[in-house]
Amino acid sequence: MPWELIGTLVKILLVVNIAMGVVAYLIYIERKVAAYAQDRIGPNRAGSPIVPFGLLQPIADGAKMLLKEDVIPGYVSRPVYILAPLIAIVAAIIGFAVVPFGPVGPDQWMNFQIAPNVNIGILYVFAVGSLAVYGVILAGWASNNKYAFLGGLRSSAQLISYEIPLGMSILGMVLIAGSMDLSTIINWQSRHTWGIVVQPLGFLLFLVSGFAETNRLPFDLPESEQELVGGFHTEYSAMKFGMFFLGEYLHVITVSYLIAILFLGGWHIPFLTSPEQTWWPTSLLKMVILMSKVMAMILIIMWVRWTLPRFRYDQLMDLAWKSMIPLSIVNLVATSGIVQLIYSAS
Amino acid sequence: MRPDDPKLKKLEPPRLTFGDRMYLPQIAAGLLLTAKHMAGVAFGNKAITVQYPEEQHVPSPNYRGVHRLNKDDQGRVKCVACMLCATACPAHCIDIVGTTAPDTWPDREKYPASFVIDELRCIYCGMCEEACPVDAIELTGLYDLTGLTREQMIFDKTKLLSVYDATRDAEPMRYTAPPPKTAATEALPSPIS
Repeated sequence: MPWELIGTLVKILLVVNIAMGVVAYLIYIERKVAAYAQDRIGPNRAGSPIVPFGLLQPIADGAKMLLKEDVIPGYVSRPVYILAPLIAIVAAIIGFAVVPFGPVGPDQWMNFQIAPNVNIGILYVFAVGSLAVYGVILAGWASNNKYAFLGGLRSSAQLISYEIPLGMSILGMVLIAGSMDLSTIINWQSRHTWGIVVQPLGFLLFLVSGFAETNRLPFDLPESEQELVGGFHTEYSAMKFGMFFLGEYLHVITVSYLIAILFLGGWHIPFLTSPEQTWWPTSLLKMVILMSKVMAMILIIMWVRWTLPRFRYDQLMDLAWKSMIPLSIVNLVATSGIVQLIYSAS
Repeated sequence: MRPDDPKLKKLEPPRLTFGDRMYLPQIAAGLLLTAKHMAGVAFGNKAITVQYPEEQHVPSPNYRGVHRLNKDDQGRVKCVACMLCATACPAHCIDIVGTTAPDTWPDREKYPASFVIDELRCIYCGMCEEACPVDAIELTGLYDLTGLTREQMIFDKTKLLSVYDATRDAEPMRYTAPPPKTAATEALPSPIS
């Protein structure tokens, strides 16, 4: 028992630290992708002969975040103002508890998951992910500024609206695999076929609402400085502002993990891996496969960001309530009907 | 023009095809376009930006940068302190104190004892240049105008004349290349001196 506890603590430390480091470098990659899409070169100065291509840029960015003046305006509601970015980042981090980074099983020597075999995995991710709304709305309210307040309301309306298709679009996959445990869903996919094949509409709906849920373009109205005088974080500066963005980036990683796990087969590659392989080097290999799928997903999210223009707010709401929610209901009903027919036939 | 004018050309917005209205093909086309640009920069070296400290930007011939005060062939300041530039200036950034010219200068009555331009306030519109009857004040193509304090950005007569020395060979408004870096220009256009 104490060994399990120590192992879990080590895993928590590893996951949190690696996630933070990865986020720092993801911001660098995003700036590079942005530059390349706009025929620029991007950050290339913060480096040295040993570290080329400006790879020290994340450290410079982090130092800037920490050293900038942290302004707390006199008119804000101070405790809530300080609490809001903490909620945003904590809500984003604790979702990682049930994400299987690699194979998990009772007979495994190594479990690549902080809380292995939680049978309500997806439910937990969604429950925790929806806490991000509190960060947004508290930040908007505590700023005591009408633009920030309207921005907070706008963003929370968006987040709540897109939670519905986000949740409904995975239910098809949950019904087919017959479990909410993420590693069981991956194992179902490696025995049969990838989720994107059996649930193409569900994949599309999850992808779009995932973009909206992580406030990425074309749904990044929370941070539209040009059109809407900024969003809920107008009054935030330095590291507090950074924490909101760190939280959003962690959401991007979580959503990419969910897409890879639910629809792209997780750590499965056809004809190469199977759930029976439990030797630890193959487990490590499976982790690398999953990581590369997640990385590809993150790159696609960045690519979309620098391609598509921002939605207008009424279009955003129309898309959620008039197209995506009906479509996800249709998808859910059709899937449950088919699953019922197959299970009653067998 | 009347609304029923026969010369009036009526433009219809292009009709969206079924594929356009489905959004997804257009989204894919957009993604393909950015992918091409990304691949062009990543593999084809097609970035269009200038890497500034290594490559010097060449502004267009009608670029208006830092001012200079021209000297005549005897090395005296050309300005006759007529105040036309200061009057024409919409930003009121030119401050001239004129005095009577010495007796050895038979061609004019006055010359500027002090000639100060606040480069922070200037909007680089070139109206001083237009107003000057003796072509004394001109805007050069120097664009790297920086300073560490506000005081450094207030150019007095000496500094404005030294800009002339630095850009003597360049025709203002027909600027094609950055001036050769000599010991004099090294120190002078940069306001940190």
